[in-house]
Amino acid sequence: MAQHDAQMTGAEILLKALVDQGVEVIFGYPGGVVLPIYDELFKQNRLRHILVRHEQAAVHAAEGYARSTGRVGCVLVTSGPGATNTITGLTDALMDSVPLVCITGQVPTHLIGNDAFQEADIVGITRPCTKHNYLVKKPDDLARTVHEAFHVAKSGRPGPVVIDLPKDVITGRGEYQPPSRMKTKYKPQVKGDLKAIEKAVEMIAAAKKPIFYVGGGVVNSGVAACQLLTQLVRMTGYPCTQTLMGLGAFPASDPLSVGMLGMHGTYEANLAMHGADLIINVGARFDDRITGRLKDFAPNAKKIHIDIDPSSINKNVMVDHAVVGDCAHILEDMIKVWKAKQCRPHEKALKEWWAIIDGWRGRNCLHYENSNKIIKPQYAIQRLYELTKYKNPYITTEVGQHQMWAAQHFKFEQPCHWMTSGGLGTMGYGLPAAMGVQVAHPNALVIDIAGESSIQMNIQEMATLCQHRLPVKVFILNNQYMGMVRQWQELIHGGRYAESHMEHHPDFVKLADAFGAVGLRATKPGEVDDVIKEMISVDRPVIVDVRTDASENCFPMIMPGMAHNEMVLGPEENVKVEPGSDEGGMVLV
Amino acid sequence: MSNEQDIERHTIAVLVANEAGVLARVIGLFSGRGYNIESLTVAETDTKENLSRITIVTSGTKMIVEQIKNQLRRLVPIYKVADLTTDGPHVSRELALVKVASSGEKRVESLRIADIFRANVIDSTNESFVFEVVGATEKVDAFIKLMEPLGLVDVSRTGVAAIARGANPL
Repeated sequence: MAQHDAQMTGAEILLKALVDQGVEVIFGYPGGVVLPIYDELFKQNRLRHILVRHEQAAVHAAEGYARSTGRVGCVLVTSGPGATNTITGLTDALMDSVPLVCITGQVPTHLIGNDAFQEADIVGITRPCTKHNYLVKKPDDLARTVHEAFHVAKSGRPGPVVIDLPKDVITGRGEYQPPSRMKTKYKPQVKGDLKAIEKAVEMIAAAKKPIFYVGGGVVNSGVAACQLLTQLVRMTGYPCTQTLMGLGAFPASDPLSVGMLGMHGTYEANLAMHGADLIINVGARFDDRITGRLKDFAPNAKKIHIDIDPSSINKNVMVDHAVVGDCAHILEDMIKVWKAKQCRPHEKALKEWWAIIDGWRGRNCLHYENSNKIIKPQYAIQRLYELTKYKNPYITTEVGQHQMWAAQHFKFEQPCHWMTSGGLGTMGYGLPAAMGVQVAHPNALVIDIAGESSIQMNIQEMATLCQHRLPVKVFILNNQYMGMVRQWQELIHGGRYAESHMEHHPDFVKLADAFGAVGLRATKPGEVDDVIKEMISVDRPVIVDVRTDASENCFPMIMPGMAHNEMVLGPEENVKVEPGSDEGGMVLV
Repeated sequence: MSNEQDIERHTIAVLVANEAGVLARVIGLFSGRGYNIESLTVAETDTKENLSRITIVTSGTKMIVEQIKNQLRRLVPIYKVADLTTDGPHVSRELALVKVASSGEKRVESLRIADIFRANVIDSTNESFVFEVVGATEKVDAFIKLMEPLGLVDVSRTGVAAIARGANPL
C-alpha cells in the first residue's frame, strides 16, 4: 500500500517532470485523450497554459518563446488531428534548430494500430521532422523520457522532440524519477579540438581578404557566444556578414558589419564573399539561398567551418578546415589562442580589402526610389525601425517580400530579437511566434512584420492574443499580392501572374475590431509615422494595415541559379532568367 | 588518384539501441535524403547492453558517404558508426538460400557447381534443391548467375555482415 501511495498518475508525473525541467508556459489545445493532463493542469498554478486557436500556432508560439529566451519551448496537443496539425511547426523548428518539446496524446496502447478514433501514427509521421521522438509505453518510463527529451532538444544542435503519450500511460500509475537520475548516451561534442582551433587562428591571421560569415548557430549558442563573436571580429578588424538567421549575432551598426548576405543580401556582403581569400563560417550551413550557384561560390576562398553539427560540414560546400563544437567554447578558445600567439591581422592587405569593400558599399544597394504619393514598403519598414528602436523591440515576420525588406532595413543590435522562418519559409509563422515572444516578455514591444497574404494563414490567433491580453502589434505591408511570388512571376515567368493576386482581402481594420483588437490604416506616406506612433501607444493587440506600392520588387537579388557576383541591384537592370533552366545537370531554383 | 566525383562503395557498421523504430529511422534517413542502400542487415548482437548491429552497404561520392556517416551519427539511438571500408581491412560475408528446380543433366550440373562453391544442400525433393551458399557478395552473385540456366526459381539473401580484421572491437 505504501508503495502505491508513492506512485503518481502519468498526468501527475508529466507535470512534475515539466516543472522540474523549468517549464513555466505550455502552448496547447485540449482534446479527448489528453483530458486527464488538462485536468491536472486545472488543479495547479505553476504551469501557465496558453490556449491557441490552432495547433500549428502552438508550435510557432513555442518557437518564438524559445528563440527569444534561449529556453526550451513546450507544446501540448491531443492525438490525431491535434498532433498532425503540429507538423509544419515541428518541421520549421527542425530546419531552424529551435529547441522544443511537443507532447502529443495518443490512443490507449491496446488500440494503437487499430485505426481508432483520432488515431494517427505520430511517431511515424514526425520521425523525419523532429530531432527525436518517443512513444512512452508505461508510466514508469514517463519521467525519464521527459527529462531525456529536454536534454536532446537543447543539447548539440537544438531541435524539436515529440513525446507521444497513450491515454493509458497518462491515466496509469508509475514512479517519478527526478532529472538527476536521468541517464543518457546522447552527448554531442561541445568543446572544440584545440589543435583544430589553433590551425583556424593561424589561417585567420594569415588571411588578406577575409570575411566572417555568421549564422543562427551563434544565436542558438547564446548571448555569450554573440559577445565572444563580436569580440573576435573586432580584434581582427575583419568584415562580418550575417545570414537571415544570424541577424543580431553581430551589431548591425558596427562599421565592420557588411549586412546580410545571400539572395537578397547586400551588394558588399555578397561581393566580399565572392572576392574573399578566407571565409570564416561560424554557425551557418552554406544554405542554397546563401551560396547561389555552387560552382562559382567564393572561388578563391579557403573556408573554415565552425559548427556543432558534423553533418553540416562538407554537406553543400567542401571546406578546407572544420572545427566541431559549440561556438561559444570555440570562440572563447580562439580569442585565447589569438592573444597567446599575439596574432596581428595583415594590416596593409586589410586596408586594401576594406577599400574595395567600401567601394561596393558606395553603391548603396538598399537604395529605393521613394515616393510622396504611394507608400514604399521599404519606407514603411525604415520608419517602423526609426520610431520603435528606442524600445528595443522584438520583431517576427511572416515569409515573403516583407520578410526580406524587414531583414534589410530593420537593424538588429542584439541577438534573440529577430524571429523569422528561415529554413522552411513558413507563411503564417510570424503572428503565433510573436505571441510566444510576448508571453515570454510581457512588457516588451513585439511586432509581427507581415504581408496581407501570410497573415491570413494564422489570423485566428488574434483571438488568442485578445484572450491572454498579449499586446502584439501586427504591421501588415499590404500590396494585395503574394509579393514574392508576383516578383518571381514578373522576373522569371514573363509577367504571367498566375494566382498570386488575391481578389478579395478582409478589411483588416474591421477584422481587428471583430477580434477585439485595434485596427489602424495608412494609405499615404504622410500617415505612416502617425499610425506607428498610435500603434505603440495602444496597450492592446493592434493590426496596422499599411497600403503599399503593389509593384515594388525586393532588390538587390541574386537570381536563382546565379552567383554572388551576378547580383541584380534594381529594376533598371534588365533581368533575363529562364524558368527551371538547367546548368551542369542541376535545375536552378 | 580518386576523383571527388567517383562513386565509391562503402560498408558501414552501426551500433544502435535495440528499440522499436530504430531501423525505421535509419531507412527513413536514407530514403529522405536520397542515399543508396545496396544491402542492409540487422540483428541484436549484445543482449546485455541491448544493442543491435546494422551493416549497411552503400555507394556515393566521397562527400555523400561522409554525409551518410555524419547523418547517422546525428540519430539519438545510434551509438557508433564505423566505416569498415576506410577504417582498415575487414571481412564480409553473405548467406544465400538458392532454390533450383530441374531434372536430368541440369540437376546433376547444379550439384557439381554447388560442390565447387562449397554450397550445402539443405533441402531436397525429386524436382528441386535448396542450396545454402556463404561468401563475399561477388561469390554469391556468381553462384546465382551460374544457377540461372539450371532451373533457378527462388533466392533469399541475408545481406552483408561485416567485421574489421584484427583483435579490436568496433
